[in-house]
Amino acid sequence: VENVRLLDRLSSRKAALGTLYLTATHVIFVENASETRKETWVLHSQISSIEKQATTATGCPLLIRCKNFQVIQLIIPQERDCHDVYISLIRLARPVKYEELYCFSFNPKLDKEERERGWKLVDLKEEYNRMGIPNSYWQISDVNRDYGVCDSYPTEVYVPKSATAHIIVGSSKFRSRRRFPALSYYCKDNNASICRSSQPLSGFSARCLEDEQMLQAIRKANPGSDFLYVVDTRPKLNAMANRAAGKGYENEDNYSNIKFQFIGIENIHVMRSSLQKMLEVCELKSPSMSDFLWGLENSGWLKHIKAIMDAGIFIAKAVAEEGVSVLVHCSDGWDRTAQVCSVASLLLDPYYRTMKGFMVLIEKDWVSFGHKFNHRYGNLDGDPKEISPVIDQFIECVWQLMEQFPCAFEFNERFLIHVQHHIYSCQFGNFLCNSQKERRELRIRERTYSLWAHFWKNRADYLNPLYRSDHSQTQGTLRPQIAPCNFLYKFWSGMYNRFEKGMHPRQSVTDYLIAVKEETQQLEEELEVLGERLASLQKGQLNDNKVKSKQQDQSKELGLSTSNTSLANTPQEYNNNLKSFPSRSPSQGDEEDSALILTQDNLKSSDPDLSANSDQESGVEDLSCRSPSGGGCLPSEDSGKDSDEAVFLA
Amino acid sequence: MMRSSQPLTGTNGRRCKEDEKLINATLRAGKRGYIIDTRSLNVAQQARAKGGGFEQEAHYPQWRRIHKSIERFNILQESLIKLVEACNDQSHNMDRWLSKLEASNWLTHIKEILTAACLAAQCIDREGASVLVHGTEGTDSTLQVTSLAQIILDPKCRTIRGFESLVVREWLQAGHPFQQRCAQSAYSNSKQKWEAPVFLLFLDCVWQILRQFPCSFEFSEHFLIMLFEHAYASQFGTFLGNNENERSKLKLQQKTMSLWSWVNRPQELSKYKNPLFEANSLVIWPSVAPQSLQLWEGVFLRWNRSSRFLDEAYEEMVTLIEYN
Repeated sequence: VENVRLLDRLSSRKAALGTLYLTATHVIFVENASETRKETWVLHSQISSIEKQATTATGCPLLIRCKNFQVIQLIIPQERDCHDVYISLIRLARPVKYEELYCFSFNPKLDKEERERGWKLVDLKEEYNRMGIPNSYWQISDVNRDYGVCDSYPTEVYVPKSATAHIIVGSSKFRSRRRFPALSYYCKDNNASICRSSQPLSGFSARCLEDEQMLQAIRKANPGSDFLYVVDTRPKLNAMANRAAGKGYENEDNYSNIKFQFIGIENIHVMRSSLQKMLEVCELKSPSMSDFLWGLENSGWLKHIKAIMDAGIFIAKAVAEEGVSVLVHCSDGWDRTAQVCSVASLLLDPYYRTMKGFMVLIEKDWVSFGHKFNHRYGNLDGDPKEISPVIDQFIECVWQLMEQFPCAFEFNERFLIHVQHHIYSCQFGNFLCNSQKERRELRIRERTYSLWAHFWKNRADYLNPLYRSDHSQTQGTLRPQIAPCNFLYKFWSGMYNRFEKGMHPRQSVTDYLIAVKEETQQLEEELEVLGERLASLQKGQLNDNKVKSKQQDQSKELGLSTSNTSLANTPQEYNNNLKSFPSRSPSQGDEEDSALILTQDNLKSSDPDLSANSDQESGVEDLSCRSPSGGGCLPSEDSGKDSDEAVFLA
Repeated sequence: MMRSSQPLTGTNGRRCKEDEKLINATLRAGKRGYIIDTRSLNVAQQARAKGGGFEQEAHYPQWRRIHKSIERFNILQESLIKLVEACNDQSHNMDRWLSKLEASNWLTHIKEILTAACLAAQCIDREGASVLVHGTEGTDSTLQVTSLAQIILDPKCRTIRGFESLVVREWLQAGHPFQQRCAQSAYSNSKQKWEAPVFLLFLDCVWQILRQFPCSFEFSEHFLIMLFEHAYASQFGTFLGNNENERSKLKLQQKTMSLWSWVNRPQELSKYKNPLFEANSLVIWPSVAPQSLQLWEGVFLRWNRSSRFLDEAYEEMVTLIEYN
């Protein structure tokens, strides 16, 4: 569709004129302005909702809201076209078959071995080995090898040595969705463990011997403690209400030596609503400070984040300080349980704070344990009541921790944002379906590519320059301040206002430090080379050879900071009453773009927003002018593209 | 950019040809000027009853007046007290934190001040127009606006020496009544009349800009915190008195030491330098969106949370850069 206008979110007066394309996998807007031909790409999978607004004199407005919080506002001149686009997008954004998803057509041009290697990058058996299992207390069980016991669990589960198959099967019958207690994390220093399950089907008075034996087995697998914590992450009222439905929670009288604890994290519906309210605040045009703070508080979002964090802290403390094992569950054991177990693991074990470890953590507590990615994040068209930002909350917990412990994580904020992005993008096969069983049936590993391999290839962009594996912050358990600490939870504008670059710091400390580190490394290498040369010269004939030392570039400029005046820096609309100012000022560069924080020099090729598309399969011929190397044609970064094929072509 | 106090137009609409001549003299050929009044139109109108007022269009035809309301100083102390109380709240309840923060209005003041300063800077940089800034007395919000506008516009003000000169020029010499404003801070029990954290708000605004442009300032956050402390209590004479006249009468130059003489010693200065600094010649425009403005933890949460991990990060950063 031609002559479509893309409105700038922050500055409503600015609109770019261009052409809108719809392909099988993307929505693409290409600006007419010939110098830049700036492109905005949106994957259909990312589309959360489409709103057709009332036709005005300028045309028919269409608002596209994305799961990665991008909001795109288009004005389509003809109502008929607008309606067609609207109907098409509705259908495209709600696929009915997995095969419609981008991951099945995405081609990074890797061969079969590379694809396989990518999938093997994260190996859970290796991970449990790293923990120290199998050992005298824990073992791997194949009782679920054909998903016969629990179809949302993996084929390989880790259970106490004293838990026989009979006990496991018996326990699974007494648990919602048959999600019996299984090992999430084992601390070899003191044998304390974190196990997870779903709620028991206890109703008001039902008992199950095998389930009680299961818990006893878990307790006994930790000889250092004579009791076991059972943590129910639901609010007490909700848990009690479940009893009327024949479910509920563990009765301390029936289970020997357990200490029961409610934590009180709200359910998926509350969280969905909370996010919705927060996003409404983010969409406010020119809000006052009060509007924003009230709106944020009213959404309750940070309160929920803190609740999840507090649960993780409680469990980490139980394991690290008390040496007591913990069994965690919620209702079905695949939402709050996953959040809380992974936060606790992160606090306890520095390995999970490395990039590889983090990938392993997600594979373990989210992917293998059957978190319902499809239902929660809408891979396919489904029940809107199943949608909820569960993993988003976990990712935010990690970010909050990164803010409090800047040296503790090997990866940076950008990594987290990209992980979130790809949970929804369906560009890779890792987060499809609701269980391992479904993924295997679809043969995901043979037909799609692994996100982790892609990240690993680009890990240089995702590193935290302040991380040192021998730093005190990276050792041992992380202990966030608990009270007072409300003020430590900040609004994550990098995520929820991700595409409004003007709102974020215009100079990135992380990128600056990464560049410093890279330069240091280069200098060290050169130093070594020169050192060797010097040594050999001292040994050899000094008179004969003239030393032609390369003149080092004395420039201290790292090219990343504002000394590069192409870093456009445009004032906001500070006063709506003033007539618009002429757009040029002698002190500014020539670019009027209000959204740049990075210059072209340091665009991260791994950023899904930035890369030029050169995938011929997309069918957008106009763009074949892009050089296959994806190098010099990179547009400025607020193009919001989701395609990052260029990464593989460099 | 000029600054002054309010014109004494009063209810009769008095005019003063000399005043008009004076500010017209700053107009560039063929251009008009902007008068930024840091009071709302209402407040400015009410001021006439007490003999004050604002520049009337008829008498200043080449000037366009904009009202960019900044809270009057007497409200600000209450704001500070509420903020500090909110930060000290020991309860576990998350909800009350945000509403307490909001109720203090502190960040609202920050937003207002920065917006006015950005506007003044915009007039100069984008329109090439002269600007006159005033509130009532010209000793509080006026100075916040003029000094912040210079930080936005002039890279020299972002160097340590430049910033020190800015403080001396726009705050000390301009007659901000430090003695009155900084007599008591947030914990005082006695009744407060003239106290107001006007200078602290200014430093907070500088910090907000520093946070958004971390490589553009030669000094670090620690420098700003140091100035905040010395404005309230200091072994140096720099911030004593309410204006140059008083300082001269008190013979401060003979009887006391200057803060700058100590701060500018290399071994002291090194503590305040920003390791990320790379000089640039840009005009830097801060975002005043609520998401972009944050609570200045270094000042307000300083005693409520361990800064150990943040300090370690800072050390790590310094080491990284110095090694390079």
